[in-house]
Amino acid sequence: MSSKERTWWIVAGVAIVIYALFPVAWIVSLSFKAPGDLANGQFLPTTPTDENYSTIFTGAGADLFLPALRNSFGICLIATFISCLLAMFAAYAIARLDFPGKKLILGTALGVAIFPVISIVTPLFNLWRNIGLYDTWPGLIIPYLSLTLPISIWTMSAFFREIPWEMEQAAQVDGATTWQAFRKVIVPLAAPGVFTTAIIAFFIAWNDFVYGISLTSTSAARPVPAALGLFSGASQFEDPTGAIAAAAVIVTIPVVALVLLFQRRIVAGLTNGAVKG
Amino acid sequence: MAAIEMKHIVKKYGDGFPAVNDVSLDVADGEFMILVGPSGCGKSTLLRMVVGLEDITSGDMVIGGVRVNDKAPRERNLSMVFQNYALYPHLTVFENIAFPLRLAKMDDGEVRRRVNEAADVLELHEHLERKPANLSGGQRQRVAMGRAIVRQAEAFLFDEPLSNLDAKLRGQMRTEISRLQRRLGITTVYVTHDQTEAMTLGDRVCVLRKGKIQQVASPRELYEQPVNLFVAGFIGSPPMNFLPATVDGARLTTPFGTIDLDERRAAAVAGRDLLLVGIRPEYFEDASLVDEAKRPLGTIFRARVDVTEWLGDQQYAYIPYEAPDAIRTQLRDLSKELDAEELRTQAIVSIDSTSRIREGREADFWLDTRKVHVFDPHSGDNLTRDADAGAELTRMATEDRLEQVGEARERSAGAQTGGAQAGGARSGSSRVGAP
Repeated sequence: MSSKERTWWIVAGVAIVIYALFPVAWIVSLSFKAPGDLANGQFLPTTPTDENYSTIFTGAGADLFLPALRNSFGICLIATFISCLLAMFAAYAIARLDFPGKKLILGTALGVAIFPVISIVTPLFNLWRNIGLYDTWPGLIIPYLSLTLPISIWTMSAFFREIPWEMEQAAQVDGATTWQAFRKVIVPLAAPGVFTTAIIAFFIAWNDFVYGISLTSTSAARPVPAALGLFSGASQFEDPTGAIAAAAVIVTIPVVALVLLFQRRIVAGLTNGAVKG
Repeated sequence: MAAIEMKHIVKKYGDGFPAVNDVSLDVADGEFMILVGPSGCGKSTLLRMVVGLEDITSGDMVIGGVRVNDKAPRERNLSMVFQNYALYPHLTVFENIAFPLRLAKMDDGEVRRRVNEAADVLELHEHLERKPANLSGGQRQRVAMGRAIVRQAEAFLFDEPLSNLDAKLRGQMRTEISRLQRRLGITTVYVTHDQTEAMTLGDRVCVLRKGKIQQVASPRELYEQPVNLFVAGFIGSPPMNFLPATVDGARLTTPFGTIDLDERRAAAVAGRDLLLVGIRPEYFEDASLVDEAKRPLGTIFRARVDVTEWLGDQQYAYIPYEAPDAIRTQLRDLSKELDAEELRTQAIVSIDSTSRIREGREADFWLDTRKVHVFDPHSGDNLTRDADAGAELTRMATEDRLEQVGEARERSAGAQTGGAQAGGARSGSSRVGAP
């Protein structure tokens, strides 16, 4: 690559990064602005303040935000765990076994994934109220599984297909049962895939708004995205923009942390794996 | 260690196509059996049925006197080396080799002792802590073999283990495998499509074609007394030349002159019309370089040389010839089946490397007629095969093998009782895999 070409790559790269991260930077800056500053049209706050953060953690917003944060973490982690576990077995079967209805399962999974969420929210709302799942953790975990399972099954079966079947056959010849071969050979090899899937599944659940706002009514189960929509200002004439910005920054942190944490894991898995030899 | 008996083994896939069709084969205890054939002949399928990775449609698979058809691979106690080695990339070389022992819940000290012994045999010591991804092809191959020899398996199974290596390494590993098998004296079934491996490694070679056994015999018998056109064309490199011939009493007329047959062979071809004569490249010679004493044993013919290849130790000349259309199609079909692409009918002849025969010139060639075979062009059968001579060759090979296996057992027994003085410096490591 010539030095001219290199310069262009750098310029273009920086432009894309700015374009992508500018809104995030704006939100961060917004979260440090005092109420009077919010609409001043400048990027930097005139006097940075942590007022908004204290509002959501200890002030008026705390009752709404803190339980929502707890709900979001709990519900999303449980949904991710269940969906990864189920998807792992399903994807293994899909990648390895020839059984009637395999195409049907994959097709259905795809169908569920592209099905518009909004069209089943109303019936689900009625159903959940009748059977007592409305405004409970399971009441959100179950619909979240319907969002995360299809994508998990698809990504994981792609990962499992990459693992040469000989690995498993070699393990069986070496004296392993099917379960031992799965646990000692396939799972370690699929770990990068499992982590990738887990991250994707977690984000999907974490970002959901429609189910969160429709299937909950109190802080017993309301997740963060729904809670953000319910913030109100100090008075009826004041926008809760600052508080919302602060809350948005807080909920972004785990996502970024997760990516950084698992990225190392994924990269490590991919470079040392060399499944193909 | 155990003998493997296959009785009328059939493998049919979902579409009813028999990949392996009625194969019966006995592999004796300690024998090195090669399954060879062109791609798609069912040799790998057969091996996978032995190890249990493929279901058997019908027939009996008996290992060490026990019918194993319904046993899982792990209950058969066989060890296998896969074509792509199938090493576990997340484990170190040590743990890769130790994997079967860990599964058997062996205690740590014993695992370490055995892995170290295997590493001794295969010279893998400096690599034990590395991951397979960081090893070269030959090293990976040795790790795969280490994993196979580390436990006391009934038999070794190899599925084209050398096909991923370059030519030089392949030669080295081939002798390594041969030495290892002799030292451990363990029953071995080895699948390959490479006839050099088949000839050099095998005590006996089983040639398969479209799921059926063509011939099971020692390499020498296959080479000298092939049962049909397919075996004759498959074994030998460069391959046997097939020339069209017409019969007149005890005399065959070929594009390269006439060949007089002895009484036995003349009787075998009597009453036939059009035939194929099979002549190995080395039965030819530059006529000017043939001893006076040998000369009367063959015939001399004159032909134009198309191309010559000088390889240092030997020299090949290509001589085109005309063949009737029926024979031509027959030969083309045969070469296609043997994974070769024969574009023209030409004979490959091996001549002395000092010969001054030139390309594009006419030259005199001498043809040793004593060992030529005559084939029926339609059925492909070898009409002049001497079954007794062939059986004698295989019997001699079997005797050699029994002797070698006996020696190996004595050596390992000696090593086990501490009397390691016999059998060379490394005989101590032959404990690996010994009974």
